Amino acid sequence: MTYVAHDESAFVPPFEVEEPELYHPKTFIGKYIWSQDAKVIAVQYSITAIAVGLVALVLSGIMRLQLGFPHVFSFITPSTYLQYVTMHGMIMVIYLLTALFLGGFGNYLIPLMVGARDMVFPYVNMVSYWVYLFAVLLLMASFFVPGGPTGAGWTLYPPQAILDGTPGASWGIILMLVSLAFFIIGFTMGGLNYVVTVLQARTRGMTMMRLPLTIWGIFMATILALLAFPALFVSAIMMTLDQALGTSFFMPALVSKGQQLAYNGGSPILFQHLFWFFGHPEVYIVALPAFGIVSDLISVNARKNIFGYRMMVWAILAIGGLSFMVWAHHMYVSGMNPYFGFFFATTTLIIAVPTALKVYNWVLTLWRGDIHLTVPMLFAIGFIFTFINGGLTGLFLGNVPVDIPLSGTMFVVAHFHMVMAVSPILVVFGAIYHWYPKVTGRMLNDTMGKFHFWVTFLGTYAIYYPMHYLGFLGVPRRYYAMGNTVFIPESAQTLNEAITIAALIVGAVQVVFIYNLFWSYFNGKPSGPNPWRATTLEWQTPETPPKHGNFGPTLPAVYRWAYDYSVPGATEDFIPQNQPPGKWAKGLEDKPDASELGPLDSTSGIPKPLTGHS
Amino acid sequence: MSQSALTGTGETLPRSPGMQGVVADWSSDQRAFKQVPWGKAMMWIFLLSDTFIFSSFLISYMTVRMSTTAVWPNPSEVFALTIAGKSVPLILIAIMTFVLISSSGTMVLAVNYGYRKDRVRTFVFLLLTAALGATFVGMQAFEWTKLIVEEGVRPWGNPLGAAQFGSSFFMITGFHGTHVSIGVIFLIIVAIKVLRGDLDNERPGFLTGRKGNYEMVETMGLYWHFVDLVWVFIFAFFYLW
Repeated sequence: MTYVAHDESAFVPPFEVEEPELYHPKTFIGKYIWSQDAKVIAVQYSITAIAVGLVALVLSGIMRLQLGFPHVFSFITPSTYLQYVTMHGMIMVIYLLTALFLGGFGNYLIPLMVGARDMVFPYVNMVSYWVYLFAVLLLMASFFVPGGPTGAGWTLYPPQAILDGTPGASWGIILMLVSLAFFIIGFTMGGLNYVVTVLQARTRGMTMMRLPLTIWGIFMATILALLAFPALFVSAIMMTLDQALGTSFFMPALVSKGQQLAYNGGSPILFQHLFWFFGHPEVYIVALPAFGIVSDLISVNARKNIFGYRMMVWAILAIGGLSFMVWAHHMYVSGMNPYFGFFFATTTLIIAVPTALKVYNWVLTLWRGDIHLTVPMLFAIGFIFTFINGGLTGLFLGNVPVDIPLSGTMFVVAHFHMVMAVSPILVVFGAIYHWYPKVTGRMLNDTMGKFHFWVTFLGTYAIYYPMHYLGFLGVPRRYYAMGNTVFIPESAQTLNEAITIAALIVGAVQVVFIYNLFWSYFNGKPSGPNPWRATTLEWQTPETPPKHGNFGPTLPAVYRWAYDYSVPGATEDFIPQNQPPGKWAKGLEDKPDASELGPLDSTSGIPKPLTGHS
Repeated sequence: MSQSALTGTGETLPRSPGMQGVVADWSSDQRAFKQVPWGKAMMWIFLLSDTFIFSSFLISYMTVRMSTTAVWPNPSEVFALTIAGKSVPLILIAIMTFVLISSSGTMVLAVNYGYRKDRVRTFVFLLLTAALGATFVGMQAFEWTKLIVEEGVRPWGNPLGAAQFGSSFFMITGFHGTHVSIGVIFLIIVAIKVLRGDLDNERPGFLTGRKGNYEMVETMGLYWHFVDLVWVFIFAFFYLW
């Protein structure tokens, strides 16, 4: 069979930039606490994000208890219920998912996958984590201040967010806003690192179009975050001023508890625009890394190259660009001009095109692949299911006439949990099962992993499928209890009970995952450097886990794209990116070493002598 | 015709002119922007992000100016100074703007002398830039004092008209003034490092960049010009409108 490698070259240009000098600390504290090594920072980010995510998971369990069995638990009052809703949403979206995908996976994978020693500014990268931790501590502190955390809903809409009567309107909201501002400052420090590392610090031979899709996803998500977070930053500052100094940026003249307040002339709609100018790209900040990682998981475990690599890259770029033009579809019910509604509905539906293209390409990658149903692959396939479900309901809600009756109901809750909560979380799990061996040198336990997957995946459907029906019945979201709502049938409550039971089971099973992380760290099967037989650079490091500097004495040179799986004619079913041409092909086995071959023209695709690679 | 660029390792890199060169750079390995050091790339991306912050501030200011029903004070009168018995509109702002724009000129000279490795002149012009920046902040403090003490303007209200006038003014000029102050501090740090010769001797470290290369002065300059440019927009939208 003839050898048909994609995008392979024998020549690798020389280094353009001198290697940076890395700061090698000697003490334990320098290595693992105040560390400038992106890999250690990644683990710090991940542990913090998962810890704070567990808090949010417990909050969601409490909310479900209240919805399933109202008036049973006396410690859940209407106020605390709203506080749990708010904190659950904000923690999950920003402090867990954004931090874990960009701070965690971004830090770990970018230098390793592009073939760099470290991030370009290791010191700034370290500060980024500590500012993030400070933001998390500020947020957690709001549980212990007078009045408790804010109960304004994760969207923090004014005027109610800072009015007396909303839980946490004095201390909680300030801590939330200041914590967000610090999160954004910390993220910017990290984000600049991620972008510049991808653009300017790739190794020899690593062109942009040879980057693994994981890196493309994280790269584009970081750009979105750098451009979207400013709007949230500004709105956080202005709302802090409104609350603390009595300015009227977002506050119109209004009467609260029978009192005319001093506020006058502000614009609450302005906050909604600023918030959603951040909030919609935020959906893709969480989704694009998931898209990228899932592409790699599927390709590795189907032992096939990703279908339509270039299309996948352009789809990521198109989604990123379009995501800045759709924000007002969150505001159809704010009374905006119907022509604007028409515009934003159109752009929203256009996003479905590149997104659907990605889904087709994942499925076409699976098509006739040599599928290995490993735990990461199970999570990746599970993601395709939940993402299609969540995406299709997104098409409903993108249309103004359908959205108006459904907005404010459980249908919306079901939609966005399917598409941007469960789907990215499934990818997070898959990615942890996939890269844990590289981080620790040990495999996660397979049996616990499969149990974790099936309960989580099926449980997801048990929770969110019925929730769509609740939405159609008109069950409103964010309500503490339904009360005497005549148009909602009694059976809705039965459904709510079932959802709660499913949610509690799924929540409890996450303990198995956490246990697995600890258990396997000590007792897991040693993984070796490349347990998944993957092509990308992080699996080709001389040590596992990689040492500071990642690649030993010489940086790898890249000769091919990231998806040379099951290449016809090759001896192995994968060819690492740093494998020079000439060693793999059956036809060349009896020929002299590639280094002894004479120079040949680039069109024939036959190896030239290699320079500068050991 | 092909141009060539010097790489960090001292080798020449053939480059194509125009769009072809851009396409070639982006499809090449290692660096998408040839010749651009890491610090400079980072500064450009940071400034892009910061642009979104200032845009959000200015758009918010325009929105609340439209949403409020109270009278918007006339900036020509509010920001007038009485000199020799005559009220001169916007005179202080005109001087402030002149000072800040001039500091961009001295910054350019500092970058120029930096690349010529004229350490003393680079130091002098960096310090001059910092001095002009500090003058700007000082005049801003004078303007704030006048508004707060004499006119009675507060973030939550003022006797001149719309409350949003004061709150937007303090927030936007305050945020910009913070940028200028941070810039002044860093200008002084870079100036001292230049004079001491840290940029020639020291291994890569805090604010030094690559050895023997004065790109850090240029990166500092990028930030400074950005702060000036933002001021032009604040001037146009807040004082002239």
